[in-house]
Amino acid sequence: MNTPSNTIPELGAQGIAPAAMSPTRPFYWSVKRELLEHRSIYLGPLAIAGVILLGFVFVLPLLPHTMRTLSSLDPAQQRDALARHYDVTAGLIMGAAFIVSIFYSIDALYGERRDRSILFWKSMPVSDLTTVLAKASIPLVVLPLLAFVITAVTQSIMLLLSSMVLLANGLSVATLWSQLQLYQVLLMLLYHLVTAHMLWYAPFYAWLLLVSAWARRAPFLWAILPPLAIGIFERIAFHSSYFVTLLNDRLSGGSDAASMTGDFPFHPGMHLAPGAFLASPGLWIGLAFAAVFLAVAVRLRRNREPI
Amino acid sequence: MPCIEARGLRKAFGTTVALDGVDLRVEEGRILGLIGPNGAGKTTALNAILGLVPYQGELRVLGRDPWTERDLLMRDVCFISDIAVLPRWIRVSHALDYVAGVHPRFDRAKAEAFLAKTDIRHTSKVRQLSKGMVAQLHLAIVMAIDARLLVLDEPTLGLDILYRKQFYDSLLNDYFDRSRTIIVTTHQVEEIQNVLTDVMFINRGRIVLNCSMEEVESRYLEVTVNPEQVAAARALKPIHERQGFGRSVLLFELTPDRISRQQLAALGDVRTPGIADLFVAVMENQAGKTKGAAS
Repeated sequence: MNTPSNTIPELGAQGIAPAAMSPTRPFYWSVKRELLEHRSIYLGPLAIAGVILLGFVFVLPLLPHTMRTLSSLDPAQQRDALARHYDVTAGLIMGAAFIVSIFYSIDALYGERRDRSILFWKSMPVSDLTTVLAKASIPLVVLPLLAFVITAVTQSIMLLLSSMVLLANGLSVATLWSQLQLYQVLLMLLYHLVTAHMLWYAPFYAWLLLVSAWARRAPFLWAILPPLAIGIFERIAFHSSYFVTLLNDRLSGGSDAASMTGDFPFHPGMHLAPGAFLASPGLWIGLAFAAVFLAVAVRLRRNREPI
Repeated sequence: MPCIEARGLRKAFGTTVALDGVDLRVEEGRILGLIGPNGAGKTTALNAILGLVPYQGELRVLGRDPWTERDLLMRDVCFISDIAVLPRWIRVSHALDYVAGVHPRFDRAKAEAFLAKTDIRHTSKVRQLSKGMVAQLHLAIVMAIDARLLVLDEPTLGLDILYRKQFYDSLLNDYFDRSRTIIVTTHQVEEIQNVLTDVMFINRGRIVLNCSMEEVESRYLEVTVNPEQVAAARALKPIHERQGFGRSVLLFELTPDRISRQQLAALGDVRTPGIADLFVAVMENQAGKTKGAAS
């Protein structure tokens, strides 16, 4: 064999038998393997929900008393008194999902290089694009939807328990249900998760994924230092803080985007502005940045070796 | 179509040249041993073939460009790039699920049958398995994939001799057939020399020897020279000399016009050299030449 030949004949890939497999299958299994590896993705929010339910059971006996004193309050206060626990629940589960998203994203393309398993993943017929998109889908799609489902189930259980306690005490559940308007509020939560967590935060998660594909060590520092350096540089060089304001707006959901993404906590009948949200340049600029960051992450993953 | 064809393959990391214009051609159905000292460029060459590093020059693996088509190439190519690359957190059953999910040529029943012969339990996580078991698991996965090229880079590093032997036995008996190609690198050359059909020595990013095992047999001869004939043997310019059991062992490259087999047989006991001895001889000769050129 191998006498180095002087000419390379035209080679085609025709000798390779076609292997039928739907293109979505590798993506599906890539997402699935993320869930197998990072069980905190669902265990984190679930644990928070469990703790909340446990706490709720303890304050539940106070509910009949609250209901009896409710008539002395004006309608806005009435809702506050009843909905407080539900708002806290939604907020905490969403917060847990957000924190899990950050930790997940910063480790997603770094951990596989650190434990050398990238060599195994790369021995499989899965492209770098599929892998990066599967990893990006965790903070961008899976976690927001998971937060929604867990919140909906938790709040439904809370409402059910409350109703049982009220009925057992001979009280009507009508005020509770009408004040909470649980399902309208849940729809608003979904709207908020889609607009703020999926779309508005997209460049933020994409940046974390990029850094996790690039860093040789301490990805967290690398994620934070460049923005910090730019902020300080701007402060010293131009005595301004546009960059910091920009980041702050992005992370806080955007001061002007607040009503568009559904400000938290929600009130039934709150004004939502999906049209204005979709028309805001900030959204599309952010998504363009997210796309660029992800494209860079794909290229980096192709080049990177185990560390 | 050759399985692998490269022309002028070059790769440098900064100022370090890992591959210095390598030309090679590997036909289908061969078992090629890629042998070289540490840092010779073996792993770089394999990584280029697997689409893990970019390179200069022309390279075609099964007709594809590995760097731009890695994902497609991996349907027909398998590799074990190190023994410890299976993710430590994964459960054995999940690993099989995953490969079955993403790999169109994976035959799960085959992998299960292989695992049934081991002590590996489906519920175990990789981190709970011993080093040898992890290698068995990886081999079970790889052997259940109907690939055309299998690349093994130090597949048995750190395993004890029983596992190593089992590893190559399984590979030969249950996996290899004449249509598949296997490339293997290892430092335990003696263990694989009976397995190989071809051997390639690589040093400082260049191929220094490249031939089939039959060619090794017909080209090289090792003579354990009778003490009184050492001077006569040395006069024939062996490519290497070493001492074994108090006698001089000389390695000759046969050339039809200069040295013949009969000539050497008269000097002592002749035999085909082991790949390890040949390797040492070729490497030391190389080093001598470079030194000679430098001075």
